[in-house]
Amino acid sequence: MNITVTINGQQRSGEAEGRTLLVDFIRNTLRLTGTHIGCDTSNCGACTVLMDGKPVKSCTLLAAQAEGRTLRTVEGLAEGATLHAVQEGFHQEHGLQCGFCTPGMMLVAAALLERNPNPTDEEIRWAISGNLCRCTGYMNIVKAIRHAAESTAAAASVPVAGTPVAAAAPAGGS
Amino acid sequence: MFPSALDYRAPTSLDEALDLLTQHGDDAKVLAGGQSLVPLLKLRLAAPGLVVDIGRIGGLDGVGTQPGGLHIGARTTHADIERAPGLRRTCALLADTAPLVSDPLVRNMGTVGGSVCHADPAGDWASVMLALNAQFTLRSKRGERTVAAADFFQGPFTTALAPDELMTAIRIPLPSGPASGTYLKLERKVGDFATVGVAVQLELDDGHIARAGIGLTAVGATNLQATAAEQALAGQAPSDDAFAHAARLAAEAAEPKDDIRGSVDYKRDVVRVYVQRGLRRALAQAREGRA
Repeated sequence: MNITVTINGQQRSGEAEGRTLLVDFIRNTLRLTGTHIGCDTSNCGACTVLMDGKPVKSCTLLAAQAEGRTLRTVEGLAEGATLHAVQEGFHQEHGLQCGFCTPGMMLVAAALLERNPNPTDEEIRWAISGNLCRCTGYMNIVKAIRHAAESTAAAASVPVAGTPVAAAAPAGGS
Repeated sequence: MFPSALDYRAPTSLDEALDLLTQHGDDAKVLAGGQSLVPLLKLRLAAPGLVVDIGRIGGLDGVGTQPGGLHIGARTTHADIERAPGLRRTCALLADTAPLVSDPLVRNMGTVGGSVCHADPAGDWASVMLALNAQFTLRSKRGERTVAAADFFQGPFTTALAPDELMTAIRIPLPSGPASGTYLKLERKVGDFATVGVAVQLELDDGHIARAGIGLTAVGATNLQATAAEQALAGQAPSDDAFAHAARLAAEAAEPKDDIRGSVDYKRDVVRVYVQRGLRRALAQAREGRA
C-alpha cells in the first residue's frame, strides 16, 4: 500500500506492507536515519518520533497507522543552520555521550516544552521516563532540557524586559 | 523483528469494522493503539491474517459524564485519561491509575479499551474496572450487549468478547454520596509491568461503608476481585481494624507466583499493605469530598 505522511514539514510518500513498522518506513523508505532502533521492544525510546505533536515509539506502530498524520523526527528540529533550543541545550550541558538515545530524548524534550514551557526537574524526569540512556546517568539530560526552557524563556522576554514568563501549563504526569 | 505478513484495513465507520470482524472472525485482530498488539505481532505470538485498525472511526474516544456515572470511549488513550479535566474530583481512582500505566510515550498511543480487551493479568485497568463495577458495551452485527467487569475477565488474555465483537464504551457507575478510590502500584521501573497493583474504591453512606471495591493486579490468572474483603467491609463503620481485616482477606485471595519480581510471600504481603494503605487513603479522600 502507499503511505503518505507530512514529515518535518514535507509531504512524503512511499510503499509499505501492512506489517511494515513505522520506524522501518522512516529509516528505509524515507531514508531519514536519525530515528534509531534500540531495543525494538517498546522499552528504550531510541525510536521516538512526534506524531501529531505527541511522542510515540515508532518501533511499536505500523507505518499504516501514520497515514495522513504529521510526523517530526530529529532531522526536523534545527531550522537550517540554527539549532533548536533543545539541541543547543544538549550541546551546552553535555547532555549526551554515545548519542544513540539523543534523538528520542530531544524530541520528548521538545514536545514537553511545547506543552509546558517551564517544567520542574520532576516534570522533566517524568517526561523522559520512557526513554533510556545507558551513558549519562540522566543528570546532564535534565540540565540540558532545563537549559532549553530557560534560553527559550529568556529569548521570549527580550522585547519587554522584566515581564514575567507566562505561567507553566499544568503538567501531565503524577 | 517485524510481524508476519498481514492484511491491514482501517475502516472509517463502526459498521464497516463490524462487517470485517463478522467476515474474518478469529483470523482478525482489532488494533486500537497497538501498544500490546504490535509487540505481540513482532514476537509472532500473534499472527492474524487481518488487522482491523479502529483508529479512524469517529466517536470512540473521550471521557464524559452521564446520569449516574462516567462514559469512557473504549479507544480513549491513557494520556487522555491522565489529562481529562476534573477527573480527579469525579473519579480519583481513574485519575490515579492513568499516570502509572507503562510510560508516557506508550500512554500517548495505548487505549483503555485495548488494555481491558487484551486482558493481561498484569495490566492495570482491569483491576480498576473490577473495583469500580464497570460495565462494558460490546457491539457486533448481532447487536449490542453490556457485560459487567466481574463477568468479563475469564482467564489470562481471555475475555467474554466474541470474535465478531468490538468494545465501544466503558460505563463507570458513580454514587451520589461520598466516594473515593486510589491505585497503588509496585513496579521495578517506569514501563515495567506491576509486581503488584491494588485498586481500591470506597463508597460511604451516612458514615458507613456502602460498598467497597478491591481489584488486584499481577497476582492471579486474571485480575482478581477481592470479594471476601469487599463483603467484610460492606455495612461496616470504617476503622483501622476493619481495614486491616479486609487487607488480610485480600492477601489470602491473591494467587501470586514466584518470579523475577518477587516471591509468593512477598507479593502477598504487598497486597495486604497496599489494600490497607489504599483503604485509608480512599477514606480520607472521600471525607474531604474528593471522589
